[in-house]
This record gives sequence, structure tokens and C-alpha cells, in this order.
Amino acid sequence: MPRTGRRRLRRDWLLVACALPGLGALLVFHYIPLLGHVIAFKDYQPYVGIADSPWVGLDNFQVIFTGDPAFLNALTNTLVISLLQLFFVFPLPIAVALMLNSLTSERFKRLVQSVLYLPHFMSWVIVVAIFQHMLGNAGLLNSFLQHHDLGSFNLIGNPAMFKELIVAQVIWKDTGWGTILFLAAISRIDLALYEAAAVDGASRLRQLWHVTLPGIRSVIILLAILRLGDVLNVGFEQIILQQQAVGPDASEVLDTYVFNNAVGAGVWGASAAAGLVKGIIGVVLVLAANKVAHLFGERGVYQK
Amino acid sequence: MSVSVTPAAVPVRAAKGLVLTIGCLLVILPFLAVVSTSLADQQQVTAAGGYVLWPDNPSLEAYRALFSGGVVTRAVFVSVAITLVGTTLSLACTTLLAYGLSRPGSYGSKPILLLVLFSLLFAPGIIPMYLTVKQLGLLNSYWSLILPMLINAFNVIVMRAFFLDLPQELLDSAKIDGAGEIAILTRIVLPLSKAIMAVIGLFYAVGYWNSFFSALLYITENEKYPLSLVLRTFVVNNATIGTGDSGTALPQQSLQMAMLVVSILPILFVYPFLQKHFAKGIMIGAVKG
Repeated sequence: MPRTGRRRLRRDWLLVACALPGLGALLVFHYIPLLGHVIAFKDYQPYVGIADSPWVGLDNFQVIFTGDPAFLNALTNTLVISLLQLFFVFPLPIAVALMLNSLTSERFKRLVQSVLYLPHFMSWVIVVAIFQHMLGNAGLLNSFLQHHDLGSFNLIGNPAMFKELIVAQVIWKDTGWGTILFLAAISRIDLALYEAAAVDGASRLRQLWHVTLPGIRSVIILLAILRLGDVLNVGFEQIILQQQAVGPDASEVLDTYVFNNAVGAGVWGASAAAGLVKGIIGVVLVLAANKVAHLFGERGVYQK
Repeated sequence: MSVSVTPAAVPVRAAKGLVLTIGCLLVILPFLAVVSTSLADQQQVTAAGGYVLWPDNPSLEAYRALFSGGVVTRAVFVSVAITLVGTTLSLACTTLLAYGLSRPGSYGSKPILLLVLFSLLFAPGIIPMYLTVKQLGLLNSYWSLILPMLINAFNVIVMRAFFLDLPQELLDSAKIDGAGEIAILTRIVLPLSKAIMAVIGLFYAVGYWNSFFSALLYITENEKYPLSLVLRTFVVNNATIGTGDSGTALPQQSLQMAMLVVSILPILFVYPFLQKHFAKGIMIGAVKG
């Protein structure tokens, strides 16, 4: 074994060398940072360094779960926003994809796709800026409403509306982009199925229900699983950009809590513990959801 | 799909068209307002109460002010440089890694592929990333905006799938003719892979151009801000923009909207090109990945 290994290495050393720069970047900026999670079990002091900071066992976890209402607030906000997204953001691309697919004019379909995909390529800074300047207090919509004495409407900087604002922005930015995979899945459905259904007298609506939806079921399940793994990821950039205006009570989520608490306030250990809890829950959720998908006879993210 | 328009289907079709048209307007109108306001003059902006949907006397005054050598000029320069350097390095590393992983049975490719795949499952998190960058002494260095984003595992997988899809007999026959791996890569694989290189390159470029998270985390010195942080300061947080020495006070709205346009414009330029290719690129990743 070792001899053939060495021989293969001699044969393939150029290919291995090719992979090295990328692999190095992956190790340094992905796998080594994973080791950094140990500070969740330490009383990390920046001037002492990771290695020399004292171990504190599970103290940091105890702090966030029992002694820190801000953490629980962030957890609650995260889950609420995530649930809102699951109900209002997730189904939309499916609906739009079905609509796009049923359009008879190929030209109109292309046009709509081009327009709806576009916001995906804008950064959150740009999206947030646009929203502020369209829907804010001094924004386009409000100046129009006031100009015509129609009252006022302020979505920005209103703590009570913050979660709706977040959801609206996600919808605006990514609904179009989300249709791509569903459209691809729809295009792979065998046309003979539609013809057979039509021969059996199925209306367009029945065809949608009995052919199209089952045809994209596995993609829907796959994306739902991936979404579930992201339940605790609710857009760090998007939220931190708008936090100042509404205050932490309405807007603090796990990622912003970790960031503000560590880089801002210097509470490293507890923040790292919160980050670790978040990461682990995410992985566990994906694995669990995948298991459930297998139970229902679906492929899921990976096969068994 | 067969198309038969029965009279009963007409209202349904009209409703669909209407919904999708409204969706498009919700995207287009804000962009139109942003561009128009950036081009409008003081009088019109004031008369309209802040924003205009169509400029009467379009002028580039706001853009001239932004590019007269102030904060924004510098930030644009930083962002352009980061995007160019970052995209070049990312594309090179991604291609080489994907190529190494695509050659059948090459030494170590299985564990390396697993490392790439596993990295998609568990993200390091904010604090460990910050500490790593800090430990490497990269805080406030432009490299902190490039190196952590250098490799995107998803892009590696997409590109590897593309390489695997190439006619392998071609590669094998080149090998029999005595071509080394590097010759195969540069003479055969790369010329056949222009489309995927363009897509992945554009994905990286858009990522670098838009990057905000790493700048927020790692860059604390104002004079090193890339465009995204300048945009946050002056457009999102509404800090007043100094007009420099131009003397004529421009409406803040016009300046802010001009800054937004400057951030959006490069993406609008590459967008048609991107759009042509990305659906295919993503499909490859989704099917094979």
C-alpha cells in the first residue's frame, strides 16, 4: 500500500500541487476557524491569546442560557423571523415559477425573469438603502402620500414593523432568483404525462395538481431541508444595517448578538458559545430533516 | 406544453399577467427613482419633495461632485482593486482545485473533495473568523477582504462537474500523445471552459464588489473603507456628504442616489452577460453536486 501510494503521488504530484492553493485557503479560512470555537469553553482574553486563556468548562453556556435575557431575546427574534420567512418567503418562488411556466408568451416570460432576477445581485447595503429611500419617513412613497394629503406610511425605523420589513426585503430581493431551481425542475417533467392527463380530461388546474406539483416535489423537499438548516441564519448583513433605527429589542438576532457582544462589547466567551450553539443546531436540523425526508422515500440532500 | 385558450381561461391569464407585471414594476420603479433622482437638479428635487421619477433637466453634477477626489472616489478605487485582484486569484485557485479534483483517481482527491463538501455544511461563525483574521495580522489590511472569500466550495463543485462533463476521451488521447497535466489544462480544458470560467468569475466578482460583512468586521480605519461601507455611512445612516470645494450645494438626495447608482452600475453592466450563463451553471451544480 505505501509503495503504490508513493508511486501515485509521484505520478500525480502536479495535480496535487494544483489543488494546494485552494485547499490551503479552505483550511486556513474554514477549518482552522472551526478550531476557534474552543473559546466557547474558555474565558478568552484577547491579550493572552486563545491557547493561554483559562478553561471554564460550560460556564459560558450557562451564562447565555440562564443569565442573559438579551440572548433569549435574540433567540426569540431569530425564530420568529425565521418562521415568518418559512411561511411567506418560501412558497412564493414556487408560485411564481408555476405562473412563469404557464405563460404562453416566451418573450414576456424572459422579460419577467430578467427583471425579477436582478435584485439578487444587489448587496444588502444597496437593498436596504433603496428600501429606506422608497419607504422611509422622507422617502418617495411618503413624500408622494403627503403631497396628495393621503396620510403617511413609515415602514422604516418602526420597531413594531421591523420583522415585516425584513421579510418584505427578502421577498423583493430573492423571490425571482428562487424560481430558477423550480423552473428547472418543471422543465424536466415528461411532457407525455401532461398529454396523458389531458386525454383523461384533466383541466389545466388538475394537471398542475396531479402532474406539475408531484413532479417538483423532491426539489421542494430538498430546498425545505436546506432552509431548515438555515433556521437560525436570518441575514446578518441585512439586520445589522438596520439595527440602529429600531433598537435591539425588536431587531437583535443570534448573529447580531454574537457580533455586538464580542466585537462590540468584548464579551468573547459567551458570544462564542452562542455562535457554537447556533452552528450545531443548524447541522443537527439538516441531518434530522434529511432523515425525515428519507423516511418519506425522498432523496434529500444526500443519499443514505 | 399544449396551449388551448378556452374563453374561461382568459381572466386567469389576465390575472397572471397583471400579477407578474406588478412584480416587475416593484423592482423597476425603485431603480428608476434612484437613477432619476441622481440626475435631477436641486430645483426639481426640492419641488418634488425629495425624489423624482423622471428628471426634467438631467445633469451629471452629482457624479462630478462624487468623483472630484473625496471619500467616494477613494472607496470606488478600493472596491475596484479588491474586485479585480480577488476575482483573478479566486478564479485561478478555484480552477486549479476543481481541475485537480476532476482528474480520475488522482492522488488524494477523495479526502480533498470531502473537505470541500463538508465545508458547506458547517460555517465557522463570526467570532472564529474574526479571531483567525486578527491572529494572521490582517485586520485593516485589504487582504482581509480577499483571502477569507478566496475559495467558494459551491463554485469548486460546479466547476468540477463541468470539467467532468468534458469529453474525457479527448483528455486521455492528449495524455497518450505525451501531454502533461498542465498542458492538458491550458491547451484543452481551459479553451473548452470559457463559459463556466465567465460565470464563476462573474459570481466571484459580484461577491467581491458587494462584500460588506468582511469589510464591516475587519476594516475599522475610515480611509480604507470600500464602497459598501461608504454607502452605509452616507446613504443608509444618512451622514451628510461633504461636497468638497465645488461650492454649489447639491441636494443630499441627488448625491446619495448617485452613490447608489455608482454601486449598482457595474452589476448592471455584467448582468446581461451573467444572465445568459448562470442558469446553466447552477443547473450543473444542482444536478451533479
